[in-house]
Amino acid sequence: MHIIENGNVAAALGVLLCRVNVIAAYPITPQTPLTERLSEYVESGEMQAEYIPVESEHSALAVCIAASSAGARTFTATSANGLLYMHEQVQWAAGARLPIVMCVVNRAVGAPWNVWNDQQDSISQRDTGWIQMYCSDHQQIIDAVIKAYWLAEKVSIPIMVCYDGYILSHTYMPFDVPDQEKVDAFLSPFRPDYALNPDQPANLNTVTLPDVRMDVRGELAHGYMEIRYLLQEEMRTSLTVAAEAEKRFADIFGRGGDPYIEPYLCADAQYIAVGLGSLTYQLRVSVDVLRKEGIKVGVMGVRFYRPFPDEALAEALKGKKGVIVFEKALSYGYEGALVSDLKSALYDHLAGTGVMPMVQNIILGIGGRDIRTEDLTQALRAAAKSRVSRQPVWIGLKL
Amino acid sequence: MQAKTTILSLPTQEFVHPGTRACTGCGLAIAYRVGLKALGKDTILIVPPSCLTVLQGLFPIASTKLPCLNVTFASTAAAATGILAALKSQGKTNIKVAAWAGDGGTSDIGLQALSGAAERGDNFIYLCYDNEGYMNTGAQRSGTTPIGALTANTPFKGKLQQKKDVPAIMAAHNLSYIAACSASYPLDLFDKIRKCVDMPGTKYIHIHIPCPPGWGYDPRYGIKIGRLAVETGYYDLYEIVNGEFKLTAASEKLVEKRKLIPVREYFRSQSRFKILADTQIAEIQHQIDAKWAGYYKKDE
Ligand SMILES: Cc1ncc(C[n+]2csc(CCOP(=O)(O)OP(=O)(O)O)c2C)c(N)n1
Ligand code: SF4
Ligand SMILES: [Mg+2]
Repeated sequence: MHIIENGNVAAALGVLLCRVNVIAAYPITPQTPLTERLSEYVESGEMQAEYIPVESEHSALAVCIAASSAGARTFTATSANGLLYMHEQVQWAAGARLPIVMCVVNRAVGAPWNVWNDQQDSISQRDTGWIQMYCSDHQQIIDAVIKAYWLAEKVSIPIMVCYDGYILSHTYMPFDVPDQEKVDAFLSPFRPDYALNPDQPANLNTVTLPDVRMDVRGELAHGYMEIRYLLQEEMRTSLTVAAEAEKRFADIFGRGGDPYIEPYLCADAQYIAVGLGSLTYQLRVSVDVLRKEGIKVGVMGVRFYRPFPDEALAEALKGKKGVIVFEKALSYGYEGALVSDLKSALYDHLAGTGVMPMVQNIILGIGGRDIRTEDLTQALRAAAKSRVSRQPVWIGLKL
Repeated sequence: MQAKTTILSLPTQEFVHPGTRACTGCGLAIAYRVGLKALGKDTILIVPPSCLTVLQGLFPIASTKLPCLNVTFASTAAAATGILAALKSQGKTNIKVAAWAGDGGTSDIGLQALSGAAERGDNFIYLCYDNEGYMNTGAQRSGTTPIGALTANTPFKGKLQQKKDVPAIMAAHNLSYIAACSASYPLDLFDKIRKCVDMPGTKYIHIHIPCPPGWGYDPRYGIKIGRLAVETGYYDLYEIVNGEFKLTAASEKLVEKRKLIPVREYFRSQSRFKILADTQIAEIQHQIDAKWAGYYKKDE
């Protein structure tokens, strides 16, 4: 069914369709309309779930962690400082290998207070062991939530579905809401290998030693390092599983594409703009303008940020003259996190091949600073003249 | 009224394997063993980092025979909510949820989550075992460390502030059941857990836990010291049932006896109180006497 709604509602509908059992959330702008909508579904009886209005984000994820450990499909959502307040739990959920899905409605972090959009919140959680997906429009939000449950439960790794605050969360766009039967065909009920229960007592997340240790039957059990190694290995494997998810999804719902990247006019482009989220759709407008000027540019959205699709990106960018990475977040003291990751991927896959593009980083839209399409166009035009600066270039800055 | 459990009628089934990693003479080991007997098999436990994490053993060997979720320090009560929500969504109504946390995990870092769960009225038992300090990290002060106690981070002057009264904080949440217990009176603990298990909403049980290394005494005297805390009128055993306060067990008997052991004996039994001056002890004795005068008056 096609409807016109905002991005938060798209996410809420995804959660509804996935028959989530336990939802826990704490209000923070711009996530609030999403979780309010979920409370409406639950209170009205439209959704059979437990909705827990917790007293903090730390507890929101605590509820999801515990409920997931007891075999429930769980959901939470947050933004900015809410996500930062969860940080301990974010790491815990990944270490405990729980397939929790959380929407991160991207917003700038304090201090100073700022409720507008950038992506510093989710980028700052890059190294927590969560899969991160970024959405560029409302259709991608609802679809990503559905895919995320399938993938998370397949690989036992939690997933953040990230989308830009206001730009997506509060704007209205048409999108298709899939039929419940199709979602049920795509996603079966959550059946974990183990869920806490008195008939099969187990002590979960106990103190685990640096070295491996014998159990009472004399079998070797993992040490902490093996457990963490497996998280890394299975994160990497989940790249392949994500492709499987995308294919299954396309088979059932008839839409989808490359699971990792979303190229626009990239095939013959000499310069490619790269980014996360809605920004890449805005960049398409600039690409269209520059194409008319005869400048061969394209834009590529990164849909999957962790695990990082290094191979897919290197393959797509090899032989290009330049790559311009637009970021609404920073690793303070260096550059955008995405550009660092991208350069490392290019180096790994293309060093010495002679097809290594120049890379430039542009920082913009921090704390909701207006991103003018003319500025994007101008930045791309300038980069296409190969005026590459080694330092990140800030645009829209008024100093 | 339920009959009082005796050592002969205590269930023989054990839920804690012998040979835990607790210190010799640990009061927690006693309270946990008896407490789990009271909770019984159909229970899911939640434990934050504390001595109890250590007591339960190192992966892959556990000393507890009940399912247990180890959680982050501040999240104990919220985790209880999460398990309850999962059980509810699965239609499982026969499984109890019991959180066991230390005094630091309860009175300090976990208080917000506990207050949140209690305010929501989530149906579980929260047991705070109070060894009056952050013992797992080497005996630093906590909110419930009593005034005058030397700790690893109040090394010379002792703690200058009073013990935080967590049961009173929980009483402000209008819980169906609150109790104060002691590891030195394990059967009383057993009966109180059994009594409240099926009561609605959040139930809060506070357990005084003598701790040889943290308090500074020879392990063999643990039970005696826990009893002294009660017999001196310093730590009281009581219940608050639907808002009604009542002294119980040994403390109730003290009202009949009208005679308390001088608190000095309690303080002098542990090296953590060695800097407590006679004048300070006299001051605390005065406070205890005033508190008990109130109890006596109520009894008349
Ligand atoms: C967020 C966080 N801060 C600090 C710690 C370190 N820590 C672990 S156990 C503990 C002390 C626990 O004290 P208490 O709750 O009283 O239990 P006890 O050890 O006395 O049994 C501390 C401070 C931690 N694990 N997590
Ligand atoms: S430090 Fe105290 S509470 Fe902790 S295990 Fe040892 S005796 Fe028990
Ligand atoms: Mg303690």
